[in-house]
Amino acid sequence: MPIKTAPEENVSEVLRERLNHLQALEAESLYILREAVAEFAKPVMLYSIGKDSSVMLRLAQKAFYPGKIPFPLLHIDTSYKFPEMISFRDTYTKEIGADLIVHRNEAAIADGASPWKLGTQNCCGALKTRSLLDALEEGGFDAAFGGARRDEEKSRAKERVYSFRDGAGQWDPKNQRPELWSLYNSRLRKGESIRVFPLSNWTELDIWLYLYSEQIPIVPLYFAEERLAVVRGGSITLIHDGVRLLPGEKPELMKVRMRSLGCLPCTGAIRSDADTLPKIIEELITFRRSERENRAIDHDEEGSMELKKREGYF
Amino acid sequence: MSTQGLGLNDSVRETAFRAFLDAHLDQEMLRFTTAGSVDDGKSTLIGRLLHDTKSVYEDQLASIRASRVNRAGAGVVDLSLLTDGLKAEREQGITIDVAYRYFSTSKRKFIIADTPGHEQYTRNMATGASTADVAIVLIDANAFAKADGLLPQSRRHTYIASLLRIPHVVAAVNKMDLVGYSEELFQRIREEYGKLTTQLGLPSVEIIPVSALAGDNVVEPSTAMPWYTGPTLLEYLETVPLELVEAKHGPLRFPVQLVVRPDATFRGFAGRVERGEVKPGLRVKALPSGRTTRVKSIVTYDGELKSASFPQSVTLELEDEIDLSRGEMLVAEDQASPLISTQFRAMVVWMGEDPLVVGKTYLAKHTTRTVRATVRTIRYRVDVNTTEHRDAAKLAMNDIAEVEFETSLPLFFDTYAESRGAGSLILIDAVTNATVGAAMINASIDDSESAIEHKPAFLFFQGDEAAAISFREELHHLGQRAVIVDDSLIPESALVAVTRALQLAGVTAISARAALSSETVAALQSSTEDHFVQGLEAARTWLEAKR
Repeated sequence: MPIKTAPEENVSEVLRERLNHLQALEAESLYILREAVAEFAKPVMLYSIGKDSSVMLRLAQKAFYPGKIPFPLLHIDTSYKFPEMISFRDTYTKEIGADLIVHRNEAAIADGASPWKLGTQNCCGALKTRSLLDALEEGGFDAAFGGARRDEEKSRAKERVYSFRDGAGQWDPKNQRPELWSLYNSRLRKGESIRVFPLSNWTELDIWLYLYSEQIPIVPLYFAEERLAVVRGGSITLIHDGVRLLPGEKPELMKVRMRSLGCLPCTGAIRSDADTLPKIIEELITFRRSERENRAIDHDEEGSMELKKREGYF
Repeated sequence: MSTQGLGLNDSVRETAFRAFLDAHLDQEMLRFTTAGSVDDGKSTLIGRLLHDTKSVYEDQLASIRASRVNRAGAGVVDLSLLTDGLKAEREQGITIDVAYRYFSTSKRKFIIADTPGHEQYTRNMATGASTADVAIVLIDANAFAKADGLLPQSRRHTYIASLLRIPHVVAAVNKMDLVGYSEELFQRIREEYGKLTTQLGLPSVEIIPVSALAGDNVVEPSTAMPWYTGPTLLEYLETVPLELVEAKHGPLRFPVQLVVRPDATFRGFAGRVERGEVKPGLRVKALPSGRTTRVKSIVTYDGELKSASFPQSVTLELEDEIDLSRGEMLVAEDQASPLISTQFRAMVVWMGEDPLVVGKTYLAKHTTRTVRATVRTIRYRVDVNTTEHRDAAKLAMNDIAEVEFETSLPLFFDTYAESRGAGSLILIDAVTNATVGAAMINASIDDSESAIEHKPAFLFFQGDEAAAISFREELHHLGQRAVIVDDSLIPESALVAVTRALQLAGVTAISARAALSSETVAALQSSTEDHFVQGLEAARTWLEAKR
């Protein structure tokens, strides 16, 4: 097995008295990934194709190096994902030799489930949450890695690194196991499972800095480009096949990018000139709005993300 | 963190960004926890830190302005809403669980464990404190004036910070606006708090007068308290020296997390350096096998390293093939060995719904090793308001006590005072699987005399559990310790390592398993130097020879 050797100039970095924050975050994430793989019978990694997933995937490569990633990746495909996401998913996972499982709630999709028909809450419930719970059960997975971060949303701030889910996959914020030091409790009864969040302590800025310093590939939609879009209800919706135009809407070319990747109809783009990682980071530190602002799912009602998490959403 | 505007050309911008990135990569990470009671204004203080360091997004601020709940009064933004996350607590107006917050300044990245200080929630405070570098203890100046002294909760919070050995404690004396920014009152608080921290032996203490509501001395220096010349709370957090935790200079502790074996040519041991430093060429000893070898290389995805220390996660390749698996430990051959024992005493923070009772057996997770631990006695319970010791027959949730444990298998540990990582464990209820306690090891309960005399042995009473139990009792009467190793936690493949570990702790292994494979028997015979003893008669002969 060929092992990489350290270039000499890296030595001073290694001998630093204290790790910088990205190194400290990386070390913690590797520890969590290894702990879960050692203790759970059948883990799986939720792969959303977004930037956080890209970081988590690189961390998994690092944690088990020079071995392969010892668990499959699971993508919950709602059928409303951007085509760029699907092609990135297929190319990149193949390139790094990861096992990929794609799961869709075919019954709901055949039934015509859509945010227009069901509302975003119910649509997410059927195509994401239900589909996820079914996939976990079918695969017999007792642990699922997720890329959620505590800085994303208020109810996530109280999430554990090991998030306990009952037999129905649900989360009870009042009945979580205390988590001390880095001693994680992996004990489960039949049917119960744990969501493991190796990126718990990362912020959005940390993710971008790491993507940059590690040169990790991400979906091109994150980079600004002239794209066909319409302004709808205060947010910018990209026009792809399958997005219906409302009466009076006329698509035009705008220089936009996605800050967070979700489903086509429910994730808005932002106007931006940031077409490189440095420009994105620069934009991020001058741009004072939260990344999930353009995700309809979080804003249906106060405490909306908390409700979804209780039902089994990540 | 401001950078150049969008009008600059790319090369200038690239240079500016590089400078920003270099500076940012150099940032250290500081974890702190906040302890305060419901009315101390803790959520407001954190909201103020986030708000004044520009860590709050505009849409989040707009959303709290529009919130139906506002406890700050008309016309004032209720900054506590920034951190009160869950629906239940927004309705009750109290924080019910540990929440984590993040912000950074040009100097450091901060992780806040925001822990509720309500009477019932000692366990949450201990949770937040377990990973913190700094504890902020909130003291309500107005409440101090009314009670003419520190409230019990301030004593409790400070005691827990000392118990969990948070390296630095800073007292934020809040609500100075309500006491007319009185210097005289602040001095009285400083004096009384100083007495407490001296009594608890805290190594690093600072005290700062603040008003979270008005913003005095949180981020911006106060104009209302010209008599105070020390740092603001943020300045303190940005500059408090993060010494290298003793971790790096102590003896090596490398608990193995898992074995990485991608193909026949590579076998590595993945884990985190819990204490000390490891380098290629270092002579290491595996516990419990006692086998020694050298570190061949420190393998990472980014290339081999010349050295690794806490908290780096690495993979070690060794020069010789030795038996080593999860739950076992590598230490340096020439450095102080960890304590090896099945008996220890530890400070316990009880978190279970059901009480801790003497005689009950729990699962204990220590580093990467999970064993069974039986409560032998409760030495004393600590009154957290006065730190006095009391007798106790059992422990209720949020009680703190010194407890003696005996484990089914030896642990390799340091005291918590020497190493947070190698001296801490969690207790798990074996039936409900709930995490019910946190324990910090004070000392091994010494068995050294019998350990020196002890010869390794494995007593096998095939399928005869009654004989195994009665022989164990016989040994106990003679002052010899023995355990039965027939436990779902111990697969047959682990028997050799377990027997060896027990021997190091001065304990004989006994089994009444239905069968052992011939490979296992051969391995046990070889590792016990032919003290593999089968059957009651042979065991009696073995015992006679010992005496």
